[in-house]
Amino acid sequence: MIKVKFRNLPTQLSLLLLALLLTFSTTTYAQEDMAAATTETAPAAGEGDAAAGKTLFNANCAACHKLYKKGVGPALFGVGDKYDKEWLYKWIRNSQDFIKSGDPQAIAVFEANNQSVMTAFPALSDTDIDNIIAYTYTPKPEPTVAVTGATGGGGGEGNGPTNNIILAALALIFLLLVVMLVLVNKTLRRIAEANGVEYEVSEKRPPIWKAFVQNQFLVFVTSIFLLLASGYFAYGWMMQVGVDQGYAPVQPIHYSHKIHAGDNLIDCNYCHSSARKSKHSGIPSLNVCMNCHKMISEYNGEEDVEKGYTKEFYTNEIKKLYDAVGWDENTQSYTGEEKPVKWVRIHNLPDFAYFNHSQHVTVAGIACQTCHGPVEEMEIMSQFSPLTMGWCITCHRETNVDLKGNEYYKKIHEELSKKYGVDQLTIAQMGGLECGKCHY
Amino acid sequence: MKMTKTINMKKAIHISMVIIASVAIMSCSNTNSPNYQYMPNMYKPVGYETYGQYDIFENEMEAKLPANGSIPRGWMPYEYENSTAGLELARTELKMTLPVTEENLAKGAQLYEIYCAVCHGTKGDGQGILMQREKFLGIPSYADPGRNITEGSIYHVQMFGLNAMGSYASQTNELERWQITQHVLNLKAALKGEAGLIVETMGENAVDNLPQLIESAEDTVVVDAVDN
Repeated sequence: MIKVKFRNLPTQLSLLLLALLLTFSTTTYAQEDMAAATTETAPAAGEGDAAAGKTLFNANCAACHKLYKKGVGPALFGVGDKYDKEWLYKWIRNSQDFIKSGDPQAIAVFEANNQSVMTAFPALSDTDIDNIIAYTYTPKPEPTVAVTGATGGGGGEGNGPTNNIILAALALIFLLLVVMLVLVNKTLRRIAEANGVEYEVSEKRPPIWKAFVQNQFLVFVTSIFLLLASGYFAYGWMMQVGVDQGYAPVQPIHYSHKIHAGDNLIDCNYCHSSARKSKHSGIPSLNVCMNCHKMISEYNGEEDVEKGYTKEFYTNEIKKLYDAVGWDENTQSYTGEEKPVKWVRIHNLPDFAYFNHSQHVTVAGIACQTCHGPVEEMEIMSQFSPLTMGWCITCHRETNVDLKGNEYYKKIHEELSKKYGVDQLTIAQMGGLECGKCHY
Repeated sequence: MKMTKTINMKKAIHISMVIIASVAIMSCSNTNSPNYQYMPNMYKPVGYETYGQYDIFENEMEAKLPANGSIPRGWMPYEYENSTAGLELARTELKMTLPVTEENLAKGAQLYEIYCAVCHGTKGDGQGILMQREKFLGIPSYADPGRNITEGSIYHVQMFGLNAMGSYASQTNELERWQITQHVLNLKAALKGEAGLIVETMGENAVDNLPQLIESAEDTVVVDAVDN
């Protein structure tokens, strides 16, 4: 038993190290659920039902008005203190008529808000308006920063420190085990010697490598195996040159496709509007972002504290957008000071290959996800498909042409179907493999 | 001679492990930079590529605003100004010249799903997903009594936006905006329980009616089906 003197230790060591490496390269931690602290709103001052007012406010007013900061219209917190109730009734029911009637206060308000016309709400009753006014006294809820700060704990930097500590501890334990093994072995040997037990002394055999060299068959098989293995790896390595699958660069603004396309179900074409009708899918210009983000100035959705995706993090990214597009939140207007956002292009075909988005999106009706993968689940956008020629061609060979409602190709479709003797033509049979289709 | 040539089995195992480990590390670590290429001069275009980065441009960005005064192909002047007065004028004056056809309605419905339905809802009742998730609030129904929605006002608002709604002029062209208008008119009628637009049969009149619109639709390809 004792004759084995850790001959295999180096192998074991390297195996273990490899195992460790593989384990920790993909370690993820169970997410700590963060209880969202909800602050109860205090009952409002004044008459009227604030709860009913909230519903009415959200349904009618919130498109333009916010309570605590300027939206399209002014902030409405405590609006009942600023104006007389009767005045507010008239203003809300039909502000334009009220202004025309020559009320000086109404004209002053109209002028103070860039003469933007407030929609008339003739359907709101006096009690409805009272309820809304009651709702406007709701105090601003305390931000829940403290909670995220406590659990986040430098989450922005990732979980490097904890990872390292665990690694170090494991290495220490491993080292201790090795030392213990050596010590136990030594002690056992000493006891054996003291007791006069004769343990077998291994007879002198030729060292294993010599035996190996002498066995020509083994040498032959091994060299074949090594050649094949190295050929396999060399092939794999050479085939990935020029392929950017998995490329996920850091973008100047952390734009989450998961939140926009996944959680909020915004159609890909909303932002990438030119994919429908041009070669390029188009990186949306910032005015498209501002269609929504004029109103949505902070993030209130789910957080992933482990990875550092907190509410503050996302809100800060929206501020980056405001900074780039020159939007002043306080005045709700553009300052004219614009900065470029240098998005890093991910999908890039070589110059010698032609690809047209509209041909695939509009004519063929292929879903974006077919090539781009589950974008609606990607927090960080990455290249899903290899975008190699083999990949293109496989799809062209396997995909049938959908000619429903496409009268233009009806005749050629029929003739080609007859020629090939098939019901459904693939793209390849329509000429989708011709060199000149993509290379010219 | 023989001894130096053949490698110890254990050594071979170690070496192969190191190779595997390094390949594993390499494949994980370089997601932030693009891979190297065999012949970069075959990959990189000689000309300036769309969205490319070149020193010659301001901010190194190829993507630029078009020169002042340039007009997209198929663009027609829009005579109503971006103001309350312009909106009111368009509301009463601006009339739809696009013939109501099945095709236009289908295309309009499809575009509506892409650009409008996230807020206004598939039915036009203001209950889109962004409203339900409280990202936006107070989106009115098209049947709201306080708003007099006409074909002219629908088009004008798509063109310039209104209040919290932004302009959609950069994402749609003239024909598409009118197609969406037709769909919105139908939604409004459905919400109010009225009859929708009457579909014209594709007479020769309909085609001759608007050559310039059809011109601007050169990039609009026939759509297979409408999903809604």
